[in-house]
Amino acid sequence: MSNTKNGKGVIGWIDYRLPIFSTLQHTLVDYPTPKNLNYWWNFGSLAGIFLMIQIVTGIVLAMHYTPSVEGAFASIEHIMRDVNYGWLIRYIHMNGASFFFIVVYIHIFRGLYYGSYKSPREVLWWLGLIILLLMMATAFMGYVLPWGQMSFWGATVITNLFSAVPVVGTAVVEWLWGGFAVDNALLNRFFALHYLFPFLIVGVVILHIVALHTHGSNNPLGIDRKGPQDSIPFHPYYTIKDLFGLSFVLTIFAAVVFYAPDFLGHPDNYIPADPLKTPAHIVPEWYFLPFYAILRAVPDKLGGVIAMISAILILFALPWLDTSKVRSATFRPIYKKFFWLLFIDVIILTWVGGSPAEGHFILIGQLATIYYFAHFIILMPIIGIIETPRPLPNSISESVLNKPIKG
Amino acid sequence: MKNYYQIIKIFFISFIFINTFFCKAFAAGPDAKITKMNFSFDGIFGVIDKASARRGLQVYNEICAGCHSLEHVAYRNLLDIGFSSDQVKEFASQFEVMGEPDSDGEVNMRSAIPSDRFVSPYLNDNQAKAYNNGAIPPDLSLIIKARAGGASYFYSLLKGYEDVPEDKEPINGYYNIAYPGNVIAMPQPLYGDDVEYEDGTEATMEQEIIDLVSFLAWTAQPELNDRKSMGFRVFLFLVFMTSVLFLSYRKIWKKIKG
Amino acid sequence: MKNNPTDEKKTRRDFIHITSGVTVATGLVAAGWPLIDQMNPSADVLALATVEVDLEPLQPGQSISVLWRGKPLFIRYRTDEEISKAEDIDVNSLKDPQLDKDRAQNSKYLVMIGVCTHLGCVPLGQEGEYGGWFCPCHGSHYDTSGRIRKGPAPTNLEIPPYVFLDETTIKIG
Repeated sequence: MSNTKNGKGVIGWIDYRLPIFSTLQHTLVDYPTPKNLNYWWNFGSLAGIFLMIQIVTGIVLAMHYTPSVEGAFASIEHIMRDVNYGWLIRYIHMNGASFFFIVVYIHIFRGLYYGSYKSPREVLWWLGLIILLLMMATAFMGYVLPWGQMSFWGATVITNLFSAVPVVGTAVVEWLWGGFAVDNALLNRFFALHYLFPFLIVGVVILHIVALHTHGSNNPLGIDRKGPQDSIPFHPYYTIKDLFGLSFVLTIFAAVVFYAPDFLGHPDNYIPADPLKTPAHIVPEWYFLPFYAILRAVPDKLGGVIAMISAILILFALPWLDTSKVRSATFRPIYKKFFWLLFIDVIILTWVGGSPAEGHFILIGQLATIYYFAHFIILMPIIGIIETPRPLPNSISESVLNKPIKG
Repeated sequence: MKNYYQIIKIFFISFIFINTFFCKAFAAGPDAKITKMNFSFDGIFGVIDKASARRGLQVYNEICAGCHSLEHVAYRNLLDIGFSSDQVKEFASQFEVMGEPDSDGEVNMRSAIPSDRFVSPYLNDNQAKAYNNGAIPPDLSLIIKARAGGASYFYSLLKGYEDVPEDKEPINGYYNIAYPGNVIAMPQPLYGDDVEYEDGTEATMEQEIIDLVSFLAWTAQPELNDRKSMGFRVFLFLVFMTSVLFLSYRKIWKKIKG
Repeated sequence: MKNNPTDEKKTRRDFIHITSGVTVATGLVAAGWPLIDQMNPSADVLALATVEVDLEPLQPGQSISVLWRGKPLFIRYRTDEEISKAEDIDVNSLKDPQLDKDRAQNSKYLVMIGVCTHLGCVPLGQEGEYGGWFCPCHGSHYDTSGRIRKGPAPTNLEIPPYVFLDETTIKIG
């Protein structure tokens, strides 16, 4: 079907020489997709859309932004006040970053729940984690650009993490700064890299999709497809479903952008950066809070940095830490409980990360950090061995016809 | 359908959960008392009260402008809150700004024009420090967005001056129950009857504060009125689009779901 | 397909899909507009689009250049000799015929945009064969009324919209 359709006329001529049309046809139209995907599978394409929103609004903002310590803050206010629809575009970009992370975090938790990282999708999972790391770097550098108080002190604190590296730490930090403190040189290079990284993300996203289409999507039952009766073409079934889901999420997004645009931000970032005055509480954006909590949970400087980095790196080993042969948590009674425990644990880490590092928050943060690592290193291997999974259905279509399983 | 509700539920709960927690943690300090107010610009349909903002300009200009700059706002912006262009021109012309160097290289002062930004009371930060015992009075253009608690905090702060409790004396500054730490460098600016309103409104302290808040809410978010009216239309449109896409989705999937 | 017995059902389904399609397309167009409009002149640029110039200090034979909308504006208090040179000419012999009185509201003051109509260079004042302006880039000669007399430029130097607010103050733009 895919080749005959594009075989004529100009399109066919081009496609014969450069098969972009048949590739698109295969990717967005014919791609055989499990027929039983639930709404949690909407979040992958949603993440792609938010990446596009960020790139488009970001390019627009770059047309009006000035990357210098004297001009940055004022140029943001110029965008907010003078540029036509500047406030709208900037608020979309600001909140778009948050929504991008919400969507991606849900996408990751979906992968954790349904075992989407298991063979043969390990590389797909890795590529996803690389996207997450690139996103974090991009978001961090982007937050520095308005050159408000949180921008400045967030940049100072996070770049200082590198000074924890033994021997070369100080040299590395000065190299990052291009000086002896967070200043103009850093702002300029962050702007350049903030513009570059999204396109790296696009590249990895393409690889992510190639890897996805090699073995096809996982599904809520976590069983392999037995034949064509288990699949339906991506278009129109999932295009319309994704479009509906997108429209729904955009409605929530619009509510935030238009009615609470600064809700997710921090008031201190409307104060211009002042190298002489640190704000009372320095908090990163909400999407970094769980990692920030892990950083602070370890009383040692180097140890904290290692713990924070490990929190993501450990996910790369997940396909081997999980010893269960069953993918979907639907059939794993014990793992399912611990999955939700992990979810709650991450919420707690978020809460602790946003609270001042004092009193009982320190202890809660440390316990939550311990659980986070124990979940992956200890619980997942053990649960896989001791757990007796519930019987798996024979095939997707059988399960769909009989509807015996409750999620 | 079940999944659909499940998504909404979890999405909202976790979202609200996370945010209420970390926002609360940073809403001012524990020793700051903030009265939650309802201003004209709060809520979905709330808009800046322009008459109040115009009175607020008068309060700013006669009381605050001696110490606080308003650097991101231009005189021409005053057209947005209902001043005529002649009024704006006249208002601007009472201030002086540095002109271009003349043919001899001398820089002369010229009177401000509508396209100029509000003139700062200081030449630079060090002068601001020197005039104010080392503390720079913050710029007011974004003050409502730049403080936890926003407009309500600002309102509470201006009303929050009290005598120093005996157990806290002596303090280096003024006692204010809304200010984090309770010791503020700024003396109480408004007492009532500090200005004589041109439109005849009685200048009580409450009235002056509310007018000033209206004005500064506008300087911080000049887009507020546009944003809310556009937001309402966009929201209605998206609800409609979501509904028709849902119908399309149900139609297309009928074959599969039976 | 037209003779399909379920024709009626099809139409209804098509109606829903067409509505969806039109709605999505409308949404895309509406979302596209801010992205295009943001490149139009911003409010602060528009605010500088009109400038007021005080002509009081100008003496006969003196010129000033003012920056207006990012372009140089030539304002010259012309001498009587220059004025008569500009007026005593058969306009029909010109490349771009225009009377001097159509170019200067007050014949004493000549206000024009100092950008050569050929390729956008800034002409030099009181130079060239006609005692007006001369563009060094490709050798266009303008007379004392800023009209093109010789060289590659196709039209006279452009006159900006301006009004006299009083005897010696003009508002440009």
